[in-house]
Amino acid sequence: MSVTSVGIKDQVVIQKDHFQGLLDALIKTGYDVIGPALQNKAVVYDHLTSIKELPIGWTDEHGPGKYRLVRRQDEAYFGYVLGPISWKKYLFPSQVTLWEARKNGPEYQLNKIDNNISKTAFLGVRPCEIHAIAKQDKILMQGEYLDPIYKARREKIFIVAVNCAEPGENCFCTSMQTGPRAETGFDIALTEVIDQDHHYFVAEIGSEAGAEIIGHIKFEMADPGAKTAAEQVSRKASENMGKKLDTRGIKELLYANSEHPRWDDVASRCLTCANCTMVCPTCFCVNIDDTTNLTGTSAERRRRWDSCFTLDHSYIHGGSIRVSAKSRYRQWLTHKLASWIDQFGDSGCVGCGRCITWCPAGIDITDEVRAIREGGRTAPASAAVKE
Amino acid sequence: MATNLEKQQKLGDAESNPMIPEQYQIVRIRKDTYDTFTLELESCDGNGNLPFQPGQFNMLYIFGTGEIPISISGDPGNPKTLVHTTRAVGTVTKAMRKLKRGDIIGVRGPFGTAWPVSEAEEKEVLVVAGGIGLAPLRPVIYHMLRNRDKYGRLVLLYGARTPDDILYRQELESWRSRFDLEVHVTVDRSVGKWQGNVGVVTTLISKAPMDPEKSLAMVCGPEIMMRFTIMELQKRGLPKESIYISAERNMKCGIGLCGHCQMGQTFVCKDGPVFRYDRMMDLFTKREI
Repeated sequence: MSVTSVGIKDQVVIQKDHFQGLLDALIKTGYDVIGPALQNKAVVYDHLTSIKELPIGWTDEHGPGKYRLVRRQDEAYFGYVLGPISWKKYLFPSQVTLWEARKNGPEYQLNKIDNNISKTAFLGVRPCEIHAIAKQDKILMQGEYLDPIYKARREKIFIVAVNCAEPGENCFCTSMQTGPRAETGFDIALTEVIDQDHHYFVAEIGSEAGAEIIGHIKFEMADPGAKTAAEQVSRKASENMGKKLDTRGIKELLYANSEHPRWDDVASRCLTCANCTMVCPTCFCVNIDDTTNLTGTSAERRRRWDSCFTLDHSYIHGGSIRVSAKSRYRQWLTHKLASWIDQFGDSGCVGCGRCITWCPAGIDITDEVRAIREGGRTAPASAAVKE
Repeated sequence: MATNLEKQQKLGDAESNPMIPEQYQIVRIRKDTYDTFTLELESCDGNGNLPFQPGQFNMLYIFGTGEIPISISGDPGNPKTLVHTTRAVGTVTKAMRKLKRGDIIGVRGPFGTAWPVSEAEEKEVLVVAGGIGLAPLRPVIYHMLRNRDKYGRLVLLYGARTPDDILYRQELESWRSRFDLEVHVTVDRSVGKWQGNVGVVTTLISKAPMDPEKSLAMVCGPEIMMRFTIMELQKRGLPKESIYISAERNMKCGIGLCGHCQMGQTFVCKDGPVFRYDRMMDLFTKREI
C-alpha cells in the first residue's frame, strides 16, 4: 500500500506488473469490472477479474466493411482500436422490460421491473466513447423527460479511460474533437506506454473516487519523463488518424443538400440493414413492444433498440414516411451530423468509425459527407423562398 | 405539459417512469361514422383531472395490445372527462373499437404543443379541417365558443370524403345554427341525398370571409390537404406566420426519447404536433423527411 496521497489531475505511473492491482482494487471496492476481452474473433466488453483476460498482444485491423484481429509485435494490453460493441450495451441495453401487468378484473395490477445494476467499473473506455456516453447522458438524463433506467445505471458507473495510441483506419475522432486523449468524464484515464525497456501506464486522476482507487494500488508519482512519454503517445495518435471529416458548416451543408444526387448514389449501395445504428454508440432510437400471454391475463411492455433504417420506424397509417433507402440513409446521416446539433447542441457523431467498419457494404460516412460537400450547394437552397 | 415531468421529479426517479400509463375507465362510447368512434374516459382513482390544452394528445394503451398517440378531442373546460376520437385502422384502434363501457384504457399524457388559442385572441380565426383532422381542432372550437367575446369572426371550414364520413355531424349542424360561428362543410364525393357543397376543402377557402391582416388559421387534416390549404390561404394573402398546422408521425413514447417522430430537427411529439407554418415550412415541403 502506498502512503502518497493523490488528488484530481495528478498523474501517477502504474507498472505493468502492478496493473492487476487496479482490477483488484476495483473489485475490492465493490465494482463489477467490465472491460475488453477476446470473443468470437473480436474485442468485446465483458466481465473481467484478471488482466489475463485482456486482449494482450492483439490488435484489430479496420477498413470499410472490414475487421480482423491480428497479433501485435508487443504485449500491449490495450493495443486494439475498438470492437463492435459499445458501452451502450450496459447503460442503455438493447432490450429491457419496462413493466409487467396482470389483469385483475377490468383493471390491471402493474409491477415495475428492477432494471438496476450493481456498481460497475468500465475498464478501457476510449475517449470517443466517453463523449458518446456524455451525448447519451444529455438526451436520456438532462432533457425535459428522463429515462430512469439509464439514469440509475449511469450513476453507478466508474470510468477507467484508456487513451488511444494507434487509431484505426476508420477513426476520425480528431475531426469530431472527441479524442484521441480523454480530457474529462473519467475517474481514471490511462495511457499505455511501451518502449524497448518499459511497459507502464500513466494514470491521470479524474475524480475523488479515482483517487481513492489509485490509493489502493502500487504506483509512483509520474516524473516529467513519464508525462512526456504519455503526451507523445497521444500526439502520435492524433497524427495517425485514419480518416477526416470536415465539420465546417456541416449543419447548413446537409440541410441545404437534402436533394443532392449523392443520396441516390449511396442508396444504391446501402442495404438498409441497420448495422450502423446498432454499433453506433450514440444512436438512441427504441421501439416499444406491448405483448400479452395467450390467455390475455398478463402483459408486458418491452423496450428494444430500433433503427431509422427500418420501414417500421416511420410507419403511420397508410404507409411509411421514409419509404426509399435514400430517405432513410439521409435521415440517419443528417440526424447524426446536422439535426442533432439543433436538438442537443452538439454533433451526434464521435468519430469512432464503427459505422464504417461494420457496414457490410463498406459505406463510409466521411466519404459521403465529402461527396456532398464537393458537389453540393453551399448556400441554403431555400434562402430565396425564406425571404 | 410539464405535469409528467413534475410528477417524475416529485416522486424521484426510481418511483416513477414516464412510460407507465395510468388507468382510465371508458364511461361512454359513441360511434361517429362507419369507421370512427369516440371514447369518453374517466380516471379510475377518481381524482383524475387531466388538464390539457387544445391540440395536445395522449398515448392510449390497450392491455397487451399496444399503445398509440391520439389527439384529445374533448372540451378543455372539462378536464375530468377525457375525450378521444379515432378511426379504426390499425391493430390498436381496431381492438379499441371492440372495447365496452367499463373497460380500461391506459393513459399517458397530455403531450405536445397546443393550438395558439391565446395568440388568436382579438383576431379572426379560420379553422380548416379535413376528415378526422376535425378531432384535434374540436377543443379549439369549444374553447373559443366558451370565450366567445375574446375572438373576432370565427369560421370553420370542414371537408370530408363523403357525407357518410362527416365527423360530429350533429354538432356541426348545431354549430351551423349559431350566429357567432360560421360553418361551411364540403364533401369530395356526393352520395345519396347530399344537398351541400361538393369539392375539396380548399374550394371553401376562396369563399370564406377573411381579413388576412387580422386573421389566424389553424389547419389539420391529411398532409396533402394541409399543403393545398396553405397554398390557398397564402393566395388569399394570409402570411405564413399566421398559419398553424398539426403534423403526424410515428410515436412510441410521446416524450422525445424514442426517436420515431423526428421530422428534420423537430420531435413532433414535443416540438409539435402543432407548429407555426413558417417555422417548419422547409420540412413540410420536403418529401420523405
